[in-house]
Amino acid sequence: MDFFHVLVVLLESTIRVSVPLVFAALAGLFTERAGVFDIGLEGKMLGAAFAAGAAAAVTQSVWIGLIAAILISVLLSLVHGYASITQRGNQIVSGVAINFIVAGSTVILGEAWFRQGGRTPALAEGARFQIVNFPGADAIREVPILGPIYADLLSGHFLLTYLAFAMVPISWWILYRTRFGLRLRAVGENPGAVDTAGISVIWLRYRAVICCGILCGFAGAYLSLAMTAGFVKGMTAGKGYIALAALIFAKWRPKNVMLACLLFGFLDALAIRLQGTPLPLVGQVPVQLMQALPYILTVILLAGFIGKAIPPKAGGVPYVKER
Amino acid sequence: MDNIAIELRGIDKSFGPVHANKNINLKVRKGTIHGIIGENGAGKSTLMSILYGFYQADSGEIIVDGQPVSIRDPNAAISAGIGMVHQHFMLVENFTVLENVMLGAEDSQILNKGIAKARQELKRLEKEYALEVNPDALIEELPVGLQQRVEILKALYRKADILILDEPTGVLTPAEADHLFRILEQLKAQGKTIILITHKLREIMAITDEVSVMRRGEMVATRTTGETSVEELAELMVGRRVLLRVQKGEGTPGDVKLSVQGLTVKDSRGVTMVDDVSFDVRAGEIVGIAGVAGNGQSELLEAIAGIRKATSGTVLLNGESVDVTGHRDPAALRARGLAHVPEDRHHVGLVLKFEESENAILGYHNDPRYLNGVFLDIDAIRKDAEEKIAKYDIRPPNARLKTANFSGGNQQKIVLAREMERGPDVLIIGQPTRGVDVGAIEFIHKRIIEMRDQGKAVLLVSVELDEIRALSDRILVMFAGRVVGERSPDATEGELGLLMAGVEGRKEAAE
Repeated sequence: MDFFHVLVVLLESTIRVSVPLVFAALAGLFTERAGVFDIGLEGKMLGAAFAAGAAAAVTQSVWIGLIAAILISVLLSLVHGYASITQRGNQIVSGVAINFIVAGSTVILGEAWFRQGGRTPALAEGARFQIVNFPGADAIREVPILGPIYADLLSGHFLLTYLAFAMVPISWWILYRTRFGLRLRAVGENPGAVDTAGISVIWLRYRAVICCGILCGFAGAYLSLAMTAGFVKGMTAGKGYIALAALIFAKWRPKNVMLACLLFGFLDALAIRLQGTPLPLVGQVPVQLMQALPYILTVILLAGFIGKAIPPKAGGVPYVKER
Repeated sequence: MDNIAIELRGIDKSFGPVHANKNINLKVRKGTIHGIIGENGAGKSTLMSILYGFYQADSGEIIVDGQPVSIRDPNAAISAGIGMVHQHFMLVENFTVLENVMLGAEDSQILNKGIAKARQELKRLEKEYALEVNPDALIEELPVGLQQRVEILKALYRKADILILDEPTGVLTPAEADHLFRILEQLKAQGKTIILITHKLREIMAITDEVSVMRRGEMVATRTTGETSVEELAELMVGRRVLLRVQKGEGTPGDVKLSVQGLTVKDSRGVTMVDDVSFDVRAGEIVGIAGVAGNGQSELLEAIAGIRKATSGTVLLNGESVDVTGHRDPAALRARGLAHVPEDRHHVGLVLKFEESENAILGYHNDPRYLNGVFLDIDAIRKDAEEKIAKYDIRPPNARLKTANFSGGNQQKIVLAREMERGPDVLIIGQPTRGVDVGAIEFIHKRIIEMRDQGKAVLLVSVELDEIRALSDRILVMFAGRVVGERSPDATEGELGLLMAGVEGRKEAAE
């Protein structure tokens, strides 16, 4: 029973830490499937988290916070889009630039506006997301096995958590069952085919980039409005890169993206759980090693266990009409 | 007047200082196959891109079915009833045939209904034009001939009445090309108008009703195909008389210079690309290897040149063995008298960003002639380059120009000059005239025969059957990695074509 209890707690925190990964990885899925590589997920998420924290602190409204997060994230996406689609710049450079700009400017602006060392003020209850409790959750918590699963695993999360997991089948449906999705996948493989079919490659890629911005906005808002009560500098802590790793690991497929994010989330939850606890046989495991696990795992798995991850063929290459 | 499907009036287009199309006038009659022929860079593709809305003409008019139209983008071209089959297929390789055909013409936001409609329409087109293809097959799993068929279906699905085909036979086997021509005849019979862009005179003669010739951005002539000749068209294309088939005397084969025994090469996936191939090349003979691209010729050439590892087999160069399965050392092979003109000059033969003189010594840069102590002797290198430029008529004659700025034919001459002027014993050449103009082809062919007459052993790989037949003293045909037959250059094209398609070869092997 004790083991079961630990497991439920572990899975519950897995879900909690996976949410920003799922949003961000799906965000990356949209742009990368359209042929625009985006290493700037991290920066967009951080910018969104800051915008959400700042706007919610000022207006005391969680919804205005969310909208601010999405707006800033979309704006940053458009900057990336302008650099890499319109100006045909290097997509990696543009993404890295966004990460740096956001990392610095959120601290500067935060300090200038709120004078709390780069934080935004702690948010009151109305200015952040509240936990959604399913009906009867407390009543059946005591039921063995099913009780904790219903009350702690399924119930008791934020609205954004449910949205994140709902976005997985929605993204799949958009990519594989709509005209927009067909064209988006086509433009990531062979933009020439899209262009000759009379569809604007540029506009299509911009739309993909905007989708990415919206999803990163949710990820950032989750960090500062739900997971914690306010923005802390550098609070994304590499989640954008883990999301990218999950995306590659998942071979750019929605369902796999979710599974990869949950796996990485689980490792993260485990790392937190094991902090300071000596393991049998190996003794104390440095927490840094646990934090590095997702990356090590990606390298190992990509190197031999899951086969080759083939990225969208036109990924990273700006479209130039042949002369 | 009303039997003109499409008319161009005074089309003019410049890209910066390059005047790609000069005051082009063209009339294409409805229900005919109209050929457009010209050398590389003559402006054919630019003209067709204007017609398909890829580029805007600087001035001029396009008239479709008697109506002036403005074609600002491919959409406008599609709605004017113009469809295009591109030289490099515009297909999404990991999509199905159906998805590719639908793309851009899906009808509704949600795919389901569109898919059903497309499937039905595809079936109808299949019946009407005998264009069979499995709608659920992935493009990457289809042979190129079928991929091209998908491109044609895409155009027909969009109700194209005028079909433009840009160099459609470049990637096809002779049999596939014949099949394509039958499809085009069929389309013509159904009232479609077809514009065929090519640089192959034979195709023009075989299938077109009328032919227009372009040269240096100008439309120089339009002829009724039945009233012109290959010689006349070639002369119009180049602007001077050209020999389409170089003269060559009997060869006088001497000692075996290159001997390949049981050579087997696997690619990185472990697929056998060259399968137990054996042959000899003697001094003073040209051995041609014919085959459809992708049947192992490239790998064979690379293994002999020492840039790809063979799995097993032996190669003797001047009677001495070459380590083809272990440590590879192309530089040592060069020193032992092997020269290699690679198939892909852009990726293997040249560094396009280097200046001409640097490319002219690439791979021979450790030769003391080009060195001054440990430094390169730039003056000597430029002087050497200028001699080669003069001898090979490389234009523009500027050793300091960036190699990327030379035309395909002149780039090829840079590679040939570098490899031939070394006086090698064995010369192996891949695709000597790919992307090279008629005029330059004549020159290159002459040089290759000269090499033979000087007693060099020449191994020639080409996907151009005409070229193989014109140059070779013996022809080996490769199919699926094996040599499936040896023929004399007098063998008919049909006979060689069957071998290349693997039809005859299997029988022969079985016997």
